[in-house]
Amino acid sequence: MARYILQRVFAAFVALWILTTVTFVLMHAIPGGPFTRERNVPEAIMRNLDAKYHLNDPLWKQYLDYLGGVARFDLGPSFKFPGQTVNDFIRRGFPVSAELGIIAIILSMAVGIPAGIISALRQNKWQDNTTMLVAIVGVSVPSFIIAPVLMYVFALKLHWLPAAMWGDWKQVIMPAVALALLPLATFSRLMRSSMLDVISQDYIKTARAKGLSELAVTWRHAVKNAIMPIVTYLGPLIAAILTGTFVIEQIFAIPGLGRQFVWSVNNRDYTTILGLTVFYGAFLLIMNLIVDIIYGFLDPRIQLTGRKE
Amino acid sequence: MFKRLIAVALMLTVALSLGLAGCAKKPAQVTGDLAGDQTLRYDLGVAEPETLDPHLQQGVAEFNVASQMYEGLTRMDANNQPYAGVAEKWDISSDGLKYTFTLRKNSKWSNGDPVTAKDFEWSWKRALDPRTASPYSYQLYYIKGGQALNETDPKDEAKIKQLSDALGVKAKDDYTLEVTLEAPTPYFLGLTSFPTLYPVHRAEVEKFGDKWATKPEQFVTNGPFKMTKWVNNQAIEMEKSKNYWDAKNVVLKKIIFNLIDDQNTSLTMWESGQTDLNNNVPVQEIDRLKKEGKLTTLPYLGTYYYSFNVTKKPFDDPRVRTAFAMAIDRKLITQQITKAGQVPAYAFVPPGIPDVDPKGDFRKAGGDFFKEDLDAAKKLLADAGYKDMKKFPSFEILYNTSASHKTIAEAIQEMWSKNLGIPKEKVKLHVEEWKVYLPSRNTHNFQVARAGWIGDYVDPMTFLDMFVTNGGNNDPAYSNPKYDELIQKAKSSGDPKVRVPAMHEAEKILMNDMVIAPIYYYTNNWLIKPYVKGLAINTIGGVDFKQAWIAKH
Repeated sequence: MARYILQRVFAAFVALWILTTVTFVLMHAIPGGPFTRERNVPEAIMRNLDAKYHLNDPLWKQYLDYLGGVARFDLGPSFKFPGQTVNDFIRRGFPVSAELGIIAIILSMAVGIPAGIISALRQNKWQDNTTMLVAIVGVSVPSFIIAPVLMYVFALKLHWLPAAMWGDWKQVIMPAVALALLPLATFSRLMRSSMLDVISQDYIKTARAKGLSELAVTWRHAVKNAIMPIVTYLGPLIAAILTGTFVIEQIFAIPGLGRQFVWSVNNRDYTTILGLTVFYGAFLLIMNLIVDIIYGFLDPRIQLTGRKE
Repeated sequence: MFKRLIAVALMLTVALSLGLAGCAKKPAQVTGDLAGDQTLRYDLGVAEPETLDPHLQQGVAEFNVASQMYEGLTRMDANNQPYAGVAEKWDISSDGLKYTFTLRKNSKWSNGDPVTAKDFEWSWKRALDPRTASPYSYQLYYIKGGQALNETDPKDEAKIKQLSDALGVKAKDDYTLEVTLEAPTPYFLGLTSFPTLYPVHRAEVEKFGDKWATKPEQFVTNGPFKMTKWVNNQAIEMEKSKNYWDAKNVVLKKIIFNLIDDQNTSLTMWESGQTDLNNNVPVQEIDRLKKEGKLTTLPYLGTYYYSFNVTKKPFDDPRVRTAFAMAIDRKLITQQITKAGQVPAYAFVPPGIPDVDPKGDFRKAGGDFFKEDLDAAKKLLADAGYKDMKKFPSFEILYNTSASHKTIAEAIQEMWSKNLGIPKEKVKLHVEEWKVYLPSRNTHNFQVARAGWIGDYVDPMTFLDMFVTNGGNNDPAYSNPKYDELIQKAKSSGDPKVRVPAMHEAEKILMNDMVIAPIYYYTNNWLIKPYVKGLAINTIGGVDFKQAWIAKH
């Protein structure tokens, strides 16, 4: 187990290094730089700016300096926002994105999983049909449609909730619902098909034959075994949602990390692009690692030692 | 009993003080009843100001935050006229080169320190220091030695010190500032109301270095308001500054700048009453807002135009460029597409700039330079050798990603193809993302490109000096010695009788050569709740809340 984890951690570092290098190269390959403006900055002023941010150093030196910074967890200063650092952005934006993300994930699990279980148990009955209809809507209607519709109804017409911005609990409701809808739909569909799979298995019939109550059969035998796909989905989902989603954060004016990331690309804010990519990559790798370990606990058949020798 | 007595006494005190406040003379700008809550909620239109260090700022949104908490030697009113700010009066030498500002003695920083001429001297030197790397430092190049200082090698400290000491700005004493200019600059007074020329408080800048302008408690400012809170990507809050010299005429108690860049979200917030003021109106909603009487359209000193690359065929021939400029139906664009009161443009410099006679208008005096005329256009093309337009070489119109630029480009594509008889497949559209489009335009890697220009200051020069040979913003790669000479002539004279006619003549040359095809003069669209009064919005996009107030509603 320990050896497996070590191997995975090493692989994660290699993956991160590749990610950083590729991003660094691509970023410098696209036209436009952080100081490109409609009002063209005179050459002398551009030289001052380049000197201040070491952009006049040779590219290999910039690259090595950057890697050195990353090793010390220093992701560098922002070019677009003088005086601020990429670490500042993460320190401020990540908690906000994570808070919204956790609420949305809890919401989507709390509704999606039971809905999936119920629709599997009541296959092709009205409960099933309703759930699947909602699931189809959730999967197919993008959040950039859902969000303005929610805003129009609850803020502009009914005046129940503030339209946008971040601060009190009322401002969490609409973005959390808009963000939860897709994973909610996915959870319920995954749970349904996996449950249908499990309840047709022989050991369920055996459990029933033993005279166990329906609840016990469902809970102890069916759900526990059907939950694996959910865990698989959960790893990347947490990484994706907790690091912020551009659309929701943009529409509801939430000071999260997802918006910051997209802006940094538009602004060619080199250090921010790199820093957030590294952060996102590291987070994703960690989440996947945790999911792998959880597999081991949930399903003893999965060996974490890798190949048996 | 005793308690009740105290309560009554307290109530009386409150009532009395309220009554007294009511009796006190209202500031001159207030014409009706004031609302109890003097808080203004302004949607800044960006998700985060790039910086609140006035010397590093370069965008209108950033300026509009700084100008509430800082004050330059002058402030600018809604008619673009500078009026006394920190300076209570000034003398200008007869050759227009030396300005002597007398600072008011009661002007204070928010911590109570007096604002002195030394603050200005130090601040302007800081803005020009190459190590500060101020992107807008060229606003100070008018000062003698300014450009030389700014262009020094940032590593050469001795040279920086030497040039900095020689700079044409001297604090004669605490309240007298003497400024020497490179050349007479009639709009210099207006520039002193500009953020790059604000004073900053030395102690904080030196103590916190690059990070001084990132936390509200590190801002010591000298304007009508002081920052109390800054939640990044959310809101900036300011309160009235009690140390401001003219505090008695400041009515607003609080300003909240909401940091939102999504136009539709901004609009929903304004319509649902979460904000009072918005300058970030989505184009597709303008029609409806206008019909509902919600839109305030103000003049904006800017021109929307199409640049021709004069070095590339087929647009290296002025006859071709003129023909193309004549074949655009500008009324259709302003009435059917942009719809917000924009004015069809037949010249480059927009209206709203004084002429030789300060009451006159540069544009009115100069008039239009051409008409939309298809017969004349076809004749010009025939003269240029394009008799059969089906054989006209194909070319591309470059624009940046945006729904409205796209619609305009499509309309112009249609007009050129239909009006001039060019097969539509030969008029191609080419869209690029903003930061790709800018270098394309700037390196002359285009044939026709969309562009727009908003004045930096209220003078024709802010438009006309773009097109001097090798100018930094000379995207068409235009070069005409006669034009350069006229611009130089206008720049070296402070006499309106010399410089204004020179600029008229320069514009005429530019338009005869049809280096650009003007399309329309911009307007500035605002959503203002009817109870917001006393705003000073100037034609270069600046807004000043010093005299603003909230009416009872």
